[in-house]
Amino acid sequence: MKQFEYTIKDPIGIHARPAGLLGKKAKEFEGCTVTIEKGDKSAAATKLMALMGLGVKCGDTITIKVEGGDEDAAAAAIEAFLNENL
Amino acid sequence: MIKYTGKGVYGAVAIGVVSVFKRQNTNVERIRITDPEAEKARFVEAKEKATEQLQAVYEKALAEVGEEEAAIFEVHMMMIEDEDYNDAINDMIESDLVNAEFAVASARDSFAAQFSAMDDSYFQARAADIKDISDRILNCLADNSISNDITGEKMVVCSDDLAPSETVSLDKSKVLAFATAYGSSNSHTAILARNMNIPAVIGLGREFLDAIADGQQICVDGYTGEVYINPDEDTVSRLTKKRDEDIAQKSRLKELIGKDNITIDGTKINVFCNIGGPKDIPLVNENDGGGIGLFRSEFLYLENSDFPSEQQQFEAYKNVLESMKGKKVIIRTLDIGADKKVDYFNLDDEENPAMGIRAIRICLTRPEIFKTQLRALYRASVYGNLGIMFPMITSESEISEIMGFCDIVKAELDAQSIPFSRDVELGIMIETPAAAVISDKLAPMVDFFSVGTNDLTQYTLACDRQNPKIERFVDTHHEAVLRLIEMAAKAAHDNGKWIGICGELGADTSLTERFLKMGIDELSVSPPSVLKVRDKVRSIDLS
Repeated sequence: MKQFEYTIKDPIGIHARPAGLLGKKAKEFEGCTVTIEKGDKSAAATKLMALMGLGVKCGDTITIKVEGGDEDAAAAAIEAFLNENL
Repeated sequence: MIKYTGKGVYGAVAIGVVSVFKRQNTNVERIRITDPEAEKARFVEAKEKATEQLQAVYEKALAEVGEEEAAIFEVHMMMIEDEDYNDAINDMIESDLVNAEFAVASARDSFAAQFSAMDDSYFQARAADIKDISDRILNCLADNSISNDITGEKMVVCSDDLAPSETVSLDKSKVLAFATAYGSSNSHTAILARNMNIPAVIGLGREFLDAIADGQQICVDGYTGEVYINPDEDTVSRLTKKRDEDIAQKSRLKELIGKDNITIDGTKINVFCNIGGPKDIPLVNENDGGGIGLFRSEFLYLENSDFPSEQQQFEAYKNVLESMKGKKVIIRTLDIGADKKVDYFNLDDEENPAMGIRAIRICLTRPEIFKTQLRALYRASVYGNLGIMFPMITSESEISEIMGFCDIVKAELDAQSIPFSRDVELGIMIETPAAAVISDKLAPMVDFFSVGTNDLTQYTLACDRQNPKIERFVDTHHEAVLRLIEMAAKAAHDNGKWIGICGELGADTSLTERFLKMGIDELSVSPPSVLKVRDKVRSIDLS
């Protein structure tokens, strides 16, 4: 499993559109589960409503866990996506 | 004639006929079914149809209101495919043996309730999107689409509130105005009205909803928020006049785009904009603002659940400076306190908060907060033409202290080889009588003054801004306030500095001539007032 942290810079937080695009990105990696954690709550990156349900705001730090499949490639892609969009 | 008052979200006037927005009744019956697979197939089919519709709405929105507003329909398509939402519906059909309609409505209510219960207004508002997609699926299941097409003349669309997809699906060329019982200034109805430049009044209340019927005569005044159903002759003629003048005025002001703010005798002044966050920048450009005279940095603190980091502030300031492409951007350091409360600042309750720990007083008491903001500002300064302005100044010693912090921050950045602009202008707000009275002593210490007329008036007249009961004692044109501004203007010019006005009086065109005679160099106003002020400036002769 690969794990890293990211602090949200987008002024609204993880809002609908980037949340949806993040899900699409996560689905690109077959056999790989991407989980987003905020505090004691977590959601699969592919589940849009659950992800928005975390209520991640600007300045919040999230933990990203990547498990199974090509973990290295998936983690790198997710990190690049976060840097660019959130 | 019946009159209703709501909130005008776009200033314009319309006189026309009511078209009540009709929608499918989405209260559904619970029906016991025997074949869950068939029911699930109905759901899948309805979903496919809904997605097709959304794709069409998305393309229409893209063409009509732009990518940013259209993105919501892309999100709707993603939401329809959400795993949890689909599981909830399919599970319910299977385990409870209910019809697809009932399962969709249940999922709608429970997901919407979850979002409504969140503590952030952005996420709360997503409940409306859940309702919107669910109701769309319900309409597809029922397979009857209600037509809201308006035939013949343009109409005033009246409704409780309009969902995003509803506003987009309307034929815009047939809409004269919007009048809704509910909604907020940030609702899609409001955004659409502003994009279309047609009047809209929201929040007219339940009674309005009960009173409207197709074919009624209606007048909508987006300036005052007043709506008249079956107006009498006097009202119609009064508002017809207002509408015609408004149209003439707007087209005249539009011609001023790209022109100088120059008086008849050739004095040029700057007309800048006051903004509350990056979202207002498109408005500045639309209205041809020459720069930003007051950028309130509070949004960074108010919209956050903890102190915004240096990096986060840096990104926000850089963003604004870059998008203004070299035009002046004056950012005011945090003005928290008084009426702007933020939990994590842990400020004590005060007897008299307007005169308490606020603005620069917080910064000088808690330097770590101040230094973070200054570092972020200086780091961002290389991306544009930055000015920094400090609020609530009363003395020379405060300015010395501030300059000391700026020097420390600059020295630290130098030591770390982090680049920053050496030409950042530093100025102060003149918003206390004390600052105006000793402005001759303060002017040599700074690069510019900007008069905050709202607080200056409150402190000079000893009238609380928040107290509606003393409104009749608040003379916004009080000679005492004007003389204080004049005093500051003289002090600024005697020292070769410039002075602007960023309070509400800056946009009061009945005072523009007096201000220009005092020598005011810059007026910073809300974006929609720029052209009105430009028009006034161009009619003044100072010779």
